Amino acid sequence: MPAVSKGDGMRGLAVFISDIRNCKSKEAEVKRINKELANIRSKFKGDKALDGYSKKKYVCKLLFIFLLGHDIDFGHMEAVNLLSSNKYTEKQIGYLFISVLVNSNSDLIRLINNAIRNDLASRNPTFMNLALHCIANVGSREMAEAFVSEIPRILVAGDTMDSVKQSAALCLLRLNRTCPDLVPMGEWTARVVHLLNDQHLGVVTAATSLIATLAQKSPDDFKTSVSLAVARLSRIVTSAAIDLQDYTYYFVAAPWLSVKLLRLLQCYPPPEDAALRSRLTECLETILSKAQEPPKSKKVQHSNAKNAVLFEAITLIIHHDNEPNLLVRACNQLGQFLQHRETNLRYLALESMCTLASSEFSHEAVKTHIETVINALKTERDVSVRQRAVDLLYAMCDRSNAKQIVAEMLSYLETADYSIREEIVLKVAILAEKYAVDYTWYVDTILNLIRIAGDYVSEEVWYRVIQIVINRDDVQGYAAKTVFEALQAPACHENLVKVGGYILGEFGNLIAGDPRSSPLVQFSLLHSKFHLCSVPTRALLLSAYIKFINLFPEVKGTIQDVLRSDSQLRNADVELQQRAVEYLRLSCIASTDILATVLEEMPPFPEKESSILAKLKKKKGSSKLPDLNDARRNINGSTNHTEDTETAEKVSTHSFTDKLNVNSTPSTGASLLVDVFSDVSNTPAPNDVSEEHFLRFVCKNNGVIFENQLLQIGLKSEYRQNLGRMYVFYGNKTSTQFLSFSSSVSSNDLLQTQLNIHTKTVDPVIDGGAQVQQILNIECLSDFSDAPVLHIQFRYGGALQNIAVKLPVMLNKFFQPTEMTSQDFFQRWKQLGAPQQEVQKIFKAQHQMDSDVAKAKLLGFGVALLDGVDPNPANFVGAGIIHSKTTQVGCLIRLEPNTQAQMYRLTLRTSKDSVSQRLCELLSEQF
Amino acid sequence: MIKFVLMVNQQGQTRLSRYYEPVELSRRAALEAAVVRCCLSRNKEQCSFVEYKDFRLVYRQYAALYVVMGVTHSENELSIYELIQNFVEVLDKYFSRVSELDIMFNLDSVHIILDEMIQNGHVVETNKSRVLAPLTAINKMVDG
Repeated sequence: MPAVSKGDGMRGLAVFISDIRNCKSKEAEVKRINKELANIRSKFKGDKALDGYSKKKYVCKLLFIFLLGHDIDFGHMEAVNLLSSNKYTEKQIGYLFISVLVNSNSDLIRLINNAIRNDLASRNPTFMNLALHCIANVGSREMAEAFVSEIPRILVAGDTMDSVKQSAALCLLRLNRTCPDLVPMGEWTARVVHLLNDQHLGVVTAATSLIATLAQKSPDDFKTSVSLAVARLSRIVTSAAIDLQDYTYYFVAAPWLSVKLLRLLQCYPPPEDAALRSRLTECLETILSKAQEPPKSKKVQHSNAKNAVLFEAITLIIHHDNEPNLLVRACNQLGQFLQHRETNLRYLALESMCTLASSEFSHEAVKTHIETVINALKTERDVSVRQRAVDLLYAMCDRSNAKQIVAEMLSYLETADYSIREEIVLKVAILAEKYAVDYTWYVDTILNLIRIAGDYVSEEVWYRVIQIVINRDDVQGYAAKTVFEALQAPACHENLVKVGGYILGEFGNLIAGDPRSSPLVQFSLLHSKFHLCSVPTRALLLSAYIKFINLFPEVKGTIQDVLRSDSQLRNADVELQQRAVEYLRLSCIASTDILATVLEEMPPFPEKESSILAKLKKKKGSSKLPDLNDARRNINGSTNHTEDTETAEKVSTHSFTDKLNVNSTPSTGASLLVDVFSDVSNTPAPNDVSEEHFLRFVCKNNGVIFENQLLQIGLKSEYRQNLGRMYVFYGNKTSTQFLSFSSSVSSNDLLQTQLNIHTKTVDPVIDGGAQVQQILNIECLSDFSDAPVLHIQFRYGGALQNIAVKLPVMLNKFFQPTEMTSQDFFQRWKQLGAPQQEVQKIFKAQHQMDSDVAKAKLLGFGVALLDGVDPNPANFVGAGIIHSKTTQVGCLIRLEPNTQAQMYRLTLRTSKDSVSQRLCELLSEQF
Repeated sequence: MIKFVLMVNQQGQTRLSRYYEPVELSRRAALEAAVVRCCLSRNKEQCSFVEYKDFRLVYRQYAALYVVMGVTHSENELSIYELIQNFVEVLDKYFSRVSELDIMFNLDSVHIILDEMIQNGHVVETNKSRVLAPLTAINKMVDG
């Protein structure tokens, strides 16, 4: 090898690099670079034609500048010119520039393609290689189209040089990745497979990469590669080191090729042919045995290369999962590595064993290493190794060792790195639930989790413990006792207060017999935490208090005093204030029976997949998570709870669930704890406008207008004459912040002339679990029939969320009810007798025909109901005036139910036909 | 597959970068800085494989220079770890005791070597003399 001079004689380049290195500051460096860029630009633009050497020098400089992180926006043309040089070095630098700097949609591609075409046709192997590298590196569609038929031909042609074959194989691989539709499978596949037999191991290496990738996509086309790969592997494994001189690395025969062959075999199930299978088994056994032989070299490179092959062999054994003997041997081998002094090996062994634990043949063998793994958790100095130990403990856990593993994980949690705490919490919660034989242990474990790592206990975890306690009556008393005791601690985590509040509110009566936990003591204990808690927790505690009033009449007075205090009744937070007012009123006016019904114990929750598991899967990516799903049903047997949406909706206006729903405005439909079951995955919100709940708001002003897994939007609105004010509440249902939150209201052109909406801006950040309010001021200018749209945009995690909701601002909101006598009514009815002023619609009842409900809806619609006007008492008659800025439109309504036919007839008369039309549309959908 | 190869010194200066999956220039600097921070924060007793975002880093330290490869989870870590060693050994052979300066001043040759060994994120050649064949040919032409 000739001695290489610095910079290959390119003095200018050396000087430039030295200058950059001598720069004292970033500014100086940028200055020097800009000077050089200007210099090169002027040289390129100059009149004097540059020789190949200068071009090469400047392109080298540009490459260096690019490496330093500066964008290069010129020089491409010069690089393309270098491609047609006959000097290898110049051509090479041209190709290098292009493969580093040209992106696939450059308009130079056509020129580059020309040069490539020439080089491919040159029959000069080095030129051909450069051209193939370039196609592979740029990999644009245009290039693929130009050369896709050429490359397989080069690859399988008998007279192609080995090194060109290698490049062609990798080039084809790239084209297959970028434009799979262009690369035809066909007659050449069989010949590509035969490259596995090639004498030249470099060609075999490249071909194996290609085949392994293609086989993943279309395994059938490359089935024949299995036998060839096994044969090849067998020859390598059993060869004496001397046979493969060129490809032996520190006394290991062709380690990279072996790894690739083993990986190719992982694309297929174990071979069906018995002879082939035994040959493969033999190979794998030999690889395992070699690990036990004394090393041929003390160099770490030797053992690394050997172990690289060994680990890949073990991966294949696990993938096949059919030879118990091999699986157990693999497990023992990994067991040895667990105690190896090389950290790398310990890390890989833990990781590999994790997959081994899921095989039924080796699960027991893996379990024998539990002490070593626990020890690793305690003594490893590298957090990533400890992380693998946690993963492995999780994977090897079953009923026999769950208590031990959970206990170890809990004790590790006390000192665990912050980066992996949340994951450990989730894992402990899942294992404790899954392998709980008695649920007192489960409750203890979760409370311990909250005590040790409360900040890392996500909502899913504490929701889950509540779900389980509610669903299992055998553990309710114990849970109440335990949370009561845990709450005695002078400082306890807010999550514990939440769980405690909920559980005592439901089941405090089970421990009230003991004077040490009498109702008053329980209440005082909870209330002593109240002032330290955030608003959502306080809201939950208020719900617990009203539950107490039902459970323990003797503390009613005390609790009413608390609710009545200024700090509650006049709390600055609307939610807390409203709860205090409503609960206080409820406790004063409701009879014991009603109270008992309203505040009844929560019904069991329907069982679905644990939301914690869903969360862990999301965190880890489900592919990496050992499958623990088998016995998920063991949580409880209660199936009697069938909660169809209809009843849920009806019940929730008064049930405890709703009161727990701290994110929503009061008296809304959905409830938080039911939603806990839903997958919290980050599905991008639909871009179309949500109008799902729109019609529900025709006859009411408050409620939830939109809800998905991330966000809940609640509305409260009030209208007076032609003016309205709407409070929009955005509740973040996740534990993560929403960033860049913005919301705006849009109307179509026509609507803009009819309705004025003024929006106040909202805070761009909504914390996890928090709620922000936005006020919209609305003015009705004239009657209208469209609805404005609320657009919300925010970032959750990395993803931008877009939500559009049709806002329930309808014409009837601007009704003022009008009382009138029977005489007046009929007089006006006659006055509005013109055909276009009356709209009538006969329609089928969609809901049960209940006269009280219908009455409530009409009142909610905004008209005054006039009794004694219609001779038939079953009919409804109403009147009102629609207020807009410009006009007032009087409106008379008659609704005639026909219970026998389950039909209604609705008649509207107003002084303006468009108003009659719109009101009829709105109202007829409500019955 | 291999996503990228980086050579970075302890001051965080990139000496070689080769991406096998397109990464915008603006994001390269951030990625390279994060990768080198990640490697610098680790000591000799920690393992040479680090989870990084959705892929894995395999790195080796040679004096003040780190060679880092970003690989997908399907890669065999130890084989990549030794691939780095093999690459450095080839550089060592070519430059007779390679140093950071050699890499800076002969960026084109280093690229030729790398391109002979890794294409498209896959190992293509591991035999040292064959990797060096094109460069040997060039030098012969220059000498002759």
